[in-house]
Amino acid sequence: MSAAPAYGEDKGGSAGPGEPEYGHDPASGGIFSSDYKRHDDLKEMLDTNKDSLKLEAMKRIVAMIARGKNASDLFPAVVKNVACKNIEVKKLVYVYLVRYAEEQQDLALLSISTFQRGLKDPNQLIRASALRVLSSIRVPIIVPIMMLAIKEAASDMSPYVRKTAAHAIPKLYSLDSDQKDQLIEVIEKLLADKTTLVAGSVVMAFEEVCPERIDLIHKNYRKLCNLLIDVEEWGQVVIISMLTRYARTQFLSPTQNESLLEENPEKAFYGSEEDEAKGPGSEEAATTALPARKPYVMDPDHRLLLRNTKPLLQSRSAAVVMAVAQLYFHLAPKAEVGVIAKALVRLLRSHSEVQYVVLQNVATMSIKRRGMFEPYLKSFYIRSTDPTQIKILKLEVLTNLASETNIPTVLREFQTYIRSMDKDFVAATIQAIGRCATNIGRVRDTCLNGLVQLLSNRDELVVAESVVVIKKLLQMQPAQHGEIIKHLAKLTDSIQVPMARASILWLIGEYCEHVPKIAPDVLRKMAKSFTAEEDIVKLQVINLAAKLYLTNSKQTKLLTQYVLSLAKYDQNYDIRDRARFTRQLIVPSEQGGALSRHAKKLFLAPKPAPVLESSFKDRDHFQLGSLSHLLNAKATGYQELPDWPEEAPDPSVRNVEVPEWTKCSNREKRKEKEKPFYSDSEGESGPTESADSDPESESASDSKSSSESGSGESSSESDKGSHEQSEEEGGKRKMKKRKKVTEAQGDASSSDEGSDSSSSSSESERTSETEEEQVEPASWRKKTDKAGTGSLLAHFHTGPPPPLQLLSPGSGAGRQELLHRVAGEGLAVDYTFSRQPFSGDPHMVSVHIHFSNSSDTPIKGLHVGTPKLPAGISIQEFPEIESLAPGESTTAVMGINFCDSTQAANFQLCTQTRQFYVSIQPPVGELMAPVFMSENEFKKEQGKLTGMSEITEKLTLPDGCRSDHIVVQKVTTVANLGRVPCGASDEYRFAGRTLTSGSLVLLTLDARPTGAAQLTVNSEKMVIGTMLVKDVVQALTQ
Amino acid sequence: MIHSLFLINSSGDIFLEKHWKSVVSRSVCDYFFEAQERATEAENVPPVIPTPHHYLLSVYRHKIFFVAVIQTEVPPLFVIEFLHRVVDTFQDYFGVCSEPVIKDNVVVVYEVLEEMLDNGFPLATESNILKELIKPPTILRTVVNTITGMEKGETHRELPSWVKALNNLLPAFCLIPISGSTITAEIQGVIDACVKLTGMPDLTLSFMNPRLLDDVSFHPCVRFKRWESERILSFIPPDGNFRLLSYHVSAQNLVAIPVYVKHNISFRDSSSLGRFEITVGPKQTMGKTIEGVIVTSQMPKGVLNMSLTPSQGTHTFDPVTKMLSWDVGKINPQKLPSLKGTMSLQAGASKPDENPTINLQFKIQQLAISGLKVNRLDMYGEKYKPFKGIKYMTKAGKFQVRT
Repeated sequence: MSAAPAYGEDKGGSAGPGEPEYGHDPASGGIFSSDYKRHDDLKEMLDTNKDSLKLEAMKRIVAMIARGKNASDLFPAVVKNVACKNIEVKKLVYVYLVRYAEEQQDLALLSISTFQRGLKDPNQLIRASALRVLSSIRVPIIVPIMMLAIKEAASDMSPYVRKTAAHAIPKLYSLDSDQKDQLIEVIEKLLADKTTLVAGSVVMAFEEVCPERIDLIHKNYRKLCNLLIDVEEWGQVVIISMLTRYARTQFLSPTQNESLLEENPEKAFYGSEEDEAKGPGSEEAATTALPARKPYVMDPDHRLLLRNTKPLLQSRSAAVVMAVAQLYFHLAPKAEVGVIAKALVRLLRSHSEVQYVVLQNVATMSIKRRGMFEPYLKSFYIRSTDPTQIKILKLEVLTNLASETNIPTVLREFQTYIRSMDKDFVAATIQAIGRCATNIGRVRDTCLNGLVQLLSNRDELVVAESVVVIKKLLQMQPAQHGEIIKHLAKLTDSIQVPMARASILWLIGEYCEHVPKIAPDVLRKMAKSFTAEEDIVKLQVINLAAKLYLTNSKQTKLLTQYVLSLAKYDQNYDIRDRARFTRQLIVPSEQGGALSRHAKKLFLAPKPAPVLESSFKDRDHFQLGSLSHLLNAKATGYQELPDWPEEAPDPSVRNVEVPEWTKCSNREKRKEKEKPFYSDSEGESGPTESADSDPESESASDSKSSSESGSGESSSESDKGSHEQSEEEGGKRKMKKRKKVTEAQGDASSSDEGSDSSSSSSESERTSETEEEQVEPASWRKKTDKAGTGSLLAHFHTGPPPPLQLLSPGSGAGRQELLHRVAGEGLAVDYTFSRQPFSGDPHMVSVHIHFSNSSDTPIKGLHVGTPKLPAGISIQEFPEIESLAPGESTTAVMGINFCDSTQAANFQLCTQTRQFYVSIQPPVGELMAPVFMSENEFKKEQGKLTGMSEITEKLTLPDGCRSDHIVVQKVTTVANLGRVPCGASDEYRFAGRTLTSGSLVLLTLDARPTGAAQLTVNSEKMVIGTMLVKDVVQALTQ
Repeated sequence: MIHSLFLINSSGDIFLEKHWKSVVSRSVCDYFFEAQERATEAENVPPVIPTPHHYLLSVYRHKIFFVAVIQTEVPPLFVIEFLHRVVDTFQDYFGVCSEPVIKDNVVVVYEVLEEMLDNGFPLATESNILKELIKPPTILRTVVNTITGMEKGETHRELPSWVKALNNLLPAFCLIPISGSTITAEIQGVIDACVKLTGMPDLTLSFMNPRLLDDVSFHPCVRFKRWESERILSFIPPDGNFRLLSYHVSAQNLVAIPVYVKHNISFRDSSSLGRFEITVGPKQTMGKTIEGVIVTSQMPKGVLNMSLTPSQGTHTFDPVTKMLSWDVGKINPQKLPSLKGTMSLQAGASKPDENPTINLQFKIQQLAISGLKVNRLDMYGEKYKPFKGIKYMTKAGKFQVRT
């Protein structure tokens, strides 16, 4: 013991060779014998005023702790430095304190006041670290102080401090579980927190302190679902696994009407999409579905969870992928579970430990849902370099996946495995073959033959394992296999593995009537070697003897008696018992006649064939991905996965005030102003409308159906969007330094969300517009087409603005919502891209903003607040609108320079009293302005923009879309481009320039009369080109 | 969650311990040692070992066992993923993660571990955030940079305020051909990025042929929706090295396998000598050289020794482990490397019935075997012009030839 610390110090000293005079290597070596003296040098260093010495000393002390050496006697010397100004020293002192405070409780109290001071520090990082250390000191006396600190921190401005508070909750709980009630209050408060930073930590605290209080989740359920993608990975795992449990208590089983679903999968699918489209706000679907019960309609919240977790299958973290996989396995309808297979297979290419865990779970899943993994059969093939434990798990999965169709491949694969050098693995393979043979009747004989061939293998283990498996297989159809039994009987001479010998003996005994000549001879041999056999073999010898005696007593009577006599004096009492028992049964004596009459029935009763089952058969009653599942035993603290409820609990508990509103207002709105807000209401609640099927929208709904799901989603997301953004922002500004990465993520997703909604709603608008156009086609357009290079050309020559104005009225994208009137407290804001050049700055896209006030008070001082824009993007604000009376509407124009990207411009819309976070994301087609050029110029420019800058896509124009004007109109709707006159009749050319950089965008559509067409876009701006092609193709083929 | 962490070297010494809650005695590792003994080989130690009061979850990397002690139910992958993250972090901090390096930097290691978990729940696990909290050792850092730079062959150039290097690695493609036909092959690739840009650059990376990618997983910075809709990687990168994307190309799109192996390994019943011959040759490499070729094979137990002559490179045969290893180097298509000779077998014993599997490692520079091509990388949000570079590489994954 005494030598060890010296070694520790030696190392510590050498770690910092910079200060040889205080390294004291030789000195500490010299005084190691006197224990109380050995840290004197360190104490001295800690007592000096020099920070560098203190730091050196602390480093050596921490090094000792890390090596597991005891440094507790330095506690007083260290604790003095808790208030040290040097941050490096302080950090190390904290580390020391957390480690030893529990052992030196009284002294630890000395440090408390420092932390209490730290809790009030203006710097959030210091507040957080003070709370962190304070809560990590496991001293029961300070429980009230901790409680106070946690409560305070839970309402701190900084999300990072709140996160630390969430972390502190389980610490305090483990120190003093009496505080539970108070802690639950704090948890409840933190659960309502809207930052992604806190979400994971507080759910963790929830799981440790009060996992049974599922009621706390209701109000936060939707928020958690929506935040999920932005939470850090560890938090995601915890939240997903908690939500899995939650969903099991709150929703109905999606598989309860499996048959119904299967009969009409299409319908069910759309049905579920539909009510999901209503968003988390509307409880309508759920309430109407409840009384009916059949057919099953998924709760929109259930759908929300499934939808929001799905992208996480793409996470880099294996733990997150597994968490989502188990969620889908436990919660998703059968038809949807399949998506997880690919992601799980991906994990198999990760580290072997990850493979080990994933394979365990795949093994369980593959029993229930074989079809899911069948396409990936080859991914489970075994490589000779796999560790044995992985090999065996893969084998398990392969066996589970084997079916009538793929069995030949699987068996061929197994054949290679049998030749492996890894004997444990070979044994497992043989077992696997046995299981395949029992499960798939068709190959039973093939397998059996294969196994019999293995009996001549040189490796005894292989032979033994084969015998055991053959025994099980033969039991299924013994009559046909007399030959094999004979073959096995011969093996008793050579094979030494007890289990195999026992199996052979049992087989011969059981089916002795098939081998009447051999059986007695085997018994003779066994009797001879009886004393030398293993116990299990001896038992089987007795068995064999008894059976033979009953069937063929003439030949075997003496042998049997001999064996029984030997057994009577065996050392093992099991064998002695068995012998006694058997003798009483089979050898009729005067008294015991009653039983011996039934001896034949007892011994030779037909026995059911064993069922070879996977050891993973019933594991799925444990939540997948859990430790308990892996161990197949309940681990401490495991939360049972509840069964689905019979009746769905009241779904309205998850309602938060605002969405309840949205529903009614939606309705009103649609009734009030159906026609003028055509496009608007569609973006809002398109699918609902088609369900209602007013005659008008019916025609539109057909063409929309493809975009339906998308636009449905957007409606639910867009009203969340604004909340989320504001939350994000609040958290972000404070947390900038520490959470750079997550921040970026947050940004991304919030803008993405915006983009999603706007693009999908604009899609539906486009369709609606074309619809209108078809009814009353713009007459000027026909002219254009006929005239070709005629009079309009002259008109074009006057400069870009006029044609632009000519083009734009028909093609300017429809209104899109910026702020819903519910979210805006009565203020509704829409925007349109006017396609007119913005007067202030030619690089800006001009956006018309329409305000309407539907509240009953005037809205004052509408203006744009400080925009928080991605770099490069700039905004020209609209002049402040002083007042907007109730019921009134007004329009303002603002300019946005999108910098040739489709990034959203996020800014605040301020009224006198409120601020709203809004974002405008332009469709790519709005980022350009038409230019005029002649055919020759066009060709010349096109010639310059080949290669990388050229993007070509083939498409087929639908029938309705072959006439000139429709094509032109569709293209110009999508993109703000000018038509270039062209000689050929079936070629269309358009040109424009991007607004910011002025790069040319040239679009050529070469349409054949058959409908085949080729679209070419030439532009320096690759990204814009690609997106434009996509948009145009979509518009044309719709 | 995670109670404690023990670092154990291959000789069974606990050389570092860290506790995030009350101290757990190191004697708990005895259960681990038992399991280790039973497993014979390090990689066969079960990753999860239940003990009466605790559960031990371990990963084995760089010849070190990282053993986490937990007390209550927790998803095992959560812990395993975390342990791997710890190793990655160490690697990022010190360049290599080995016992001597950890011992030399024990204070930094301890501090890093302290920051990574709070009360056993992960706190800061991104290495760029950690590096802001705890500075990596400076001298080492520079050395490390040059080393990794060389290793990965990155286009890595220090420029005044920023450096940008993108590195596209496409390794791990596994296949097991038997008698000429490929049993299974797949391409698994990653795009590792090294970004050193100031400010908040917003990058977009587009591919020429994104449809090729069958299954992808992203760094958390990548905007998922953008990928879904446009197949463009849009992200605000963290500083330094990170794995932007890993992907999988399914077997249907498989490009030809660039190497072939001809083998003739035969044992005869009568004699105690066996013949052994391997030739490696290139196949459709688009003019690129195959380098770093190493052939390894686990010979059957019955093989006592081998006397072989390689046409190039060096070879070793370990008579104890029966491992044959042949370091070939580059393949010259004009003169194909081969390894010929005899095996001496145990006298009297019958011929081994198992055939050795041949494992192959190789690298091809400047070639992505999947055919994946980066189209362009654009930066938004910052005014300066970044330095961009890309490097393609193909590495054999678990390339096995069954004989």
